[in-house]
Amino acid sequence: MIRLTEKIEHRRAPSSTVLETEGLRRRFDKFVAVDSLDISVKQGEVFGLLGPNGAGKSTVIKMLTTLLPPSGGRAYLAGYDIARQPENVRKSIGYVPQALSADGSLTGYENLLIFAKLYNIASKRRQRCIQDVLAFMNLQDVQHRLVRTYSGGMIRKLEIAQSILHQPQVLFLDEPTVGLDPIARATVWQLVQQLREEFGTTIFLTTHFLEEADNLCDQVVIMNRGQVVVTGAPSDLKASLEKDNATLDDVFIHYTGDQLASGVSYRETARNRRTAERLG
Amino acid sequence: MKRQEIDAPLKGWVNNSIKAITELINKTLIIAELEVRKLRHDPTDLVVRSIQPALWLLIFGQVFTRTRAIPTGNLPYLDFMAPGILAQSVLFVAIFTGGMALIWERDLGIVHKLLSSPTPRMAMVLGKSIACGVRCLSQVFIIYGLSFLLGVKLNLNPIAFLKVLAIVLLGAGCFCTFSLIIGCVVRTRERMTGIGQLITMPLFFASNAIYPISLMPQWLKWISHLNPLTYEVDALRGAMLVNSASLYSYAWDFAILLLTLISLTYICGRLYPRVAM
Repeated sequence: MIRLTEKIEHRRAPSSTVLETEGLRRRFDKFVAVDSLDISVKQGEVFGLLGPNGAGKSTVIKMLTTLLPPSGGRAYLAGYDIARQPENVRKSIGYVPQALSADGSLTGYENLLIFAKLYNIASKRRQRCIQDVLAFMNLQDVQHRLVRTYSGGMIRKLEIAQSILHQPQVLFLDEPTVGLDPIARATVWQLVQQLREEFGTTIFLTTHFLEEADNLCDQVVIMNRGQVVVTGAPSDLKASLEKDNATLDDVFIHYTGDQLASGVSYRETARNRRTAERLG
Repeated sequence: MKRQEIDAPLKGWVNNSIKAITELINKTLIIAELEVRKLRHDPTDLVVRSIQPALWLLIFGQVFTRTRAIPTGNLPYLDFMAPGILAQSVLFVAIFTGGMALIWERDLGIVHKLLSSPTPRMAMVLGKSIACGVRCLSQVFIIYGLSFLLGVKLNLNPIAFLKVLAIVLLGAGCFCTFSLIIGCVVRTRERMTGIGQLITMPLFFASNAIYPISLMPQWLKWISHLNPLTYEVDALRGAMLVNSASLYSYAWDFAILLLTLISLTYICGRLYPRVAM
């Protein structure tokens, strides 16, 4: 009951908290992938989760998108408990995984149609919703082509289109520009900005491109070895370093150090490279 | 007053259950639609899949009909074998499309996206089963066509044909779900291929597909009775042929397959989220 009231408040007040975690933790056997994560994301914010490979970013996204149950702690999304009310959380979010998630054996239109149905968009509104997002993404002309004939940038746009059909409160983008050429990357970031400006969508993203995170994000969290090492607005973080013209790269290196020895598994690396190859 | 207090939670429970069942059916049909649309765009797999049953009927069937090595009573061996080959074909399609496709989708990220949408896990499993059944319907037409050409006395009564379709859908559902369960557990393509190959042959040989159970040693008879493929073949042998030769009633075979499908779907629904972990 209390949560329900809070949920209404979230929608009313534009600066209210839409996502909050308290001591969120995930262990895989003895390995602690995410340790006591406390973050708070305000409605309409672009929130960046940064960190070297294997820092636990994807594990955090998997927990918040209800794909992975936390081992401890709590998290509330749009007023719902991610562990106890996963169905309600799923209705409130959109998710673009790092790997390819649009189905290559279907057309762009069919990919959208299936997701419009899965998100319970009423049949009367469905066609309009689909055509609106296609127009927003500038994909109308290719909507009836099989997705396997799309370029990497077009696929990413389609994947984002699939995730915003139901106008989610929070959109999760896991490394949305991995494997894209600079032009496609710029287009994706432009879309992210537009989404925030036009629909007030809260965006939670992970990226390796720190310069872009610097331009886009209102708030960033840098994680390392499963723990938050620093959090704040990019400008504040840069100012905190005693260095002239410090960039977010400097902040990143300052807090994470030399990371060559750490990182993800062979399998994860293979998957990342495959994704990059397919999108490229 | 007291009665109202009892009625209110009961009503709420009934309403919630109806909502959950409607949601399950709706979402199952959407997932099935997704899979069938994919099949429509690329039906080449259906043609490729028809080669193996054709070889069994044309080579194995022809030779064994001549040698008369397997006693099948009054039934010519080819007639005895045709329903078994249909079941085998369904088994192969289901085992290799279910889990393999799931792992492919997992490696891509499609499963992650679907799991983050408000779709019941059981609907994902059941939707894939139905689509696999639709895929297997093509095998029915191919095997009926070949059997007809080879002189098998087929029962072409429409009701008997519908009975065959129902069993094919159920059999495909059972083995597709079984394959999905393996996919959820092993989660890698290499292991899935190995285990897929490892289990299909024993399932096929420990059934009455190409020889009667009466020929089996006692231990194999026991195993064959636990094998859903036996009941699938039995029901097909009853419905497909003019001289039907089934051991059990159609209703019994149907019920066993249905119960197997329900149990496997439940198990797979519980295991399904593991794919994205």
